[in-house]
Amino acid sequence: MSKDQSQVRQKDMIARHFDRLAAAPDTGDKTAYTFVPGNLTELLLSFDLLPVLPEINSLQSAMRGKTAEYIALAEKFGHSEDVCTYVKSDIGMMKSGNIGPTGQRLPDPDVLLLSYTGCFTFLKWFELLREEYHCPVAMLHVPYQPDGRVTPSMRDYVVKQLRDEVIPTLERVSGRAYDEDRLKAHLALAAQAEDDLVWVLQSAKHRPSPIDAYFGAVYYVGPIFSAFRGTQAAVEYYRALRSEIDERIREGKGPVTPDGEMGQERFRVVVEGPPNWTSFRQFWKMFSDEGAVAVASTYTKVGGMYDLGFRHDPSRPLETLAEYCLGCYTNLGLPTRINLLAQYIKEYEADGFLINSVKSCNSFSAGQLHIMREVERISGRPGGFIESDLVDPRYFSAANIKNRLESYFQMLEQKRMGGAA
Amino acid sequence: MTRAPDLPALFDRADGLYRDYKLGAVRAWKARTGGLAIGYMPIYIPCELLHAQGVLPVGLMGARDDLEIIKGDAYYQSYICHIPRSTIELGLNGNIDCLDGLIFPAICDVIRNLSGIWQTLFPDKLVRYLDVPQNFSPDIGGRFYRHELETLCAEMAGRGARPYDPEALSASIALYNRLRRLVRDLYALRQEAPWKVPTSELYIMLRATLVLPVEEAIDLLEEYHACVEAADDRQPLDQARVLLTGSFCEQPPIGLIRTLERSGCYIVDDDFVQVHRWIKSDIPVEGDPLNNLVQAFLSDAIASSTRYIDQGVKGAELLDRVRISGAEGVLFCAPSFCDPALLDQPMMVRAVETTKTPWTAFKYSENTGQFQVIREQAGTFADSIKLWSEA
Repeated sequence: MSKDQSQVRQKDMIARHFDRLAAAPDTGDKTAYTFVPGNLTELLLSFDLLPVLPEINSLQSAMRGKTAEYIALAEKFGHSEDVCTYVKSDIGMMKSGNIGPTGQRLPDPDVLLLSYTGCFTFLKWFELLREEYHCPVAMLHVPYQPDGRVTPSMRDYVVKQLRDEVIPTLERVSGRAYDEDRLKAHLALAAQAEDDLVWVLQSAKHRPSPIDAYFGAVYYVGPIFSAFRGTQAAVEYYRALRSEIDERIREGKGPVTPDGEMGQERFRVVVEGPPNWTSFRQFWKMFSDEGAVAVASTYTKVGGMYDLGFRHDPSRPLETLAEYCLGCYTNLGLPTRINLLAQYIKEYEADGFLINSVKSCNSFSAGQLHIMREVERISGRPGGFIESDLVDPRYFSAANIKNRLESYFQMLEQKRMGGAA
Repeated sequence: MTRAPDLPALFDRADGLYRDYKLGAVRAWKARTGGLAIGYMPIYIPCELLHAQGVLPVGLMGARDDLEIIKGDAYYQSYICHIPRSTIELGLNGNIDCLDGLIFPAICDVIRNLSGIWQTLFPDKLVRYLDVPQNFSPDIGGRFYRHELETLCAEMAGRGARPYDPEALSASIALYNRLRRLVRDLYALRQEAPWKVPTSELYIMLRATLVLPVEEAIDLLEEYHACVEAADDRQPLDQARVLLTGSFCEQPPIGLIRTLERSGCYIVDDDFVQVHRWIKSDIPVEGDPLNNLVQAFLSDAIASSTRYIDQGVKGAELLDRVRISGAEGVLFCAPSFCDPALLDQPMMVRAVETTKTPWTAFKYSENTGQFQVIREQAGTFADSIKLWSEA
């Protein structure tokens, strides 16, 4: 299968980033481990700190078939079988030499930027890593949005932490003074990339959808969710991607799947929850074989709700970072999540919605059965529910999941035929 | 030998309160006073604030093994802990409909998301997710927390509670200081003479206080303290002194606590019903009382697994507790799928191992009904301490 230009570009960006990370002990580059939701990439870049995203490392390890061994190792060290497998995979990887997705050793962190946004486990994760690496932690507590709105108190709390605690820590670690103009420049670039990402995600409103907004979109959000938001490279990547998708729309094409061009679009679905990474291609194929296209997903919003209008605003650098953190998907109350899903179903003219409930992630999963019933009630569209895990292959039961998906799509078909009769 | 005559009656009363899913005491209080009753989930809320506005704070800690969960299971996958299921069951079957609202303190993602479910299931009730700061600087986390508390005050007043009054809050703080002192004294007495204060009994007393007005809770515990001090028919046994940790949210069934005691353990410190022990010492009553509540939260709270440990060393407080309580071993006793406890456990184990303190670990659910395996494990653990411990 030939790769699009954007894919080649992304692969190159990632390779260069990991080369820099691998060389960091020699070059003196400093690194910050941090998380996807509520990431402060522009701020890190303004201090010349290289971001490392342990969640991304875990999912990459899963795609390379390494997580069974990593998780087993972490459990051997006393980590419970009940807890998040991203954490255990990361710890297992570290105990195995910290070899990253490109096969190169990742440097130890100079700082752990603990952006506690939407997920309690993040807090524990970096407490665990702090014991291993003995490096400074910059803690940023982001309040939850139970009522679907950001209050001035929440924003002020985050801004004050950024100004009085996070920035001084990054200054100490990096040896550089805070440079607000530099931060603003990165934020301006972030907003440009965000415009194009939103255009790409919303292209799924076309029929047929030119993209798969769940499986395909995890690649699209890669640069903006990881080390590249706020860079010229990300701006160029999203411009190229947009151009490619625009061409697909003009040609009336559907998404590209792992097996090439997808055939007829039979079902349009909205998907809630993260994907399974250990059997990612197999999982995707279960959809594409049925002609099912994800036209919107919530997982692609964990790193920011850009499609609801948020853009990083360089004129208010710290306030905009605070609002970004507060607005990430898993930081939103369940009523807001329910309404968002119902809104996606309507706007993207979906036939139904599917929830992939992952054992590892209570932030996503606790309450999803309730979400399913409420979204069905509001939207009038049927929901399907499947269970797997993020990176633990023991929890991906291919036959069960395939069975459920086939039954679900048959049900959609019957409803459609019933509706036509 | 004398046995305090009213201890059985006192225990029966407390046990009745603990077992009453329908919150009869709360209903009676509401009928008597016409006040609001607002529930709260574990682990901690500043009950003083509710009391000062004439609201009865009612602690909910899930259910026991005798509540059949039917509706609650329809809300949660198998890999999520049990307490949200039983809470939903109690909500949907009308058992706790006397509550005018429910506060969900920031414990973990499950309880946080339960607040969202509650919002949609009970739209007419006050539903408040109480975010607590993980930044402990007075100017940053303190300011945010104060605003959270002020918002809660306003919401309660909006539902008919008395408006916030600093003098009333100071008086409430003084009352809760008394309650906290009583609980501390009982814990100290248990450490000194665990045979006098069996944990399975103390636990029931503490659970009973969760549904009583603080004034009655104080009376109950004062009476209990007097009873157990006088109960000289309770004689020491050759049991191992253990500290039990990890059970701060979903509670173990009482049968499990009894099983541990019967297997040869004196529980000399634990994480049960932490609301009365969250703040470690008296909160000042002079000055701005709201600020005093905030300051106590920031600088005088226990090192819970739900709290970011910014300054200091993970596990240091646990080691202090082991030392102060004279525990000879540690039981890591967490609910299945409890993120805060289980993610913390490797760090806590490591801390405990630095002092060569023996430990063992097991999990439970609030509805666990079979204790034989735990009995054997805890019994072996206690025997090993008695037989092989260096002490």
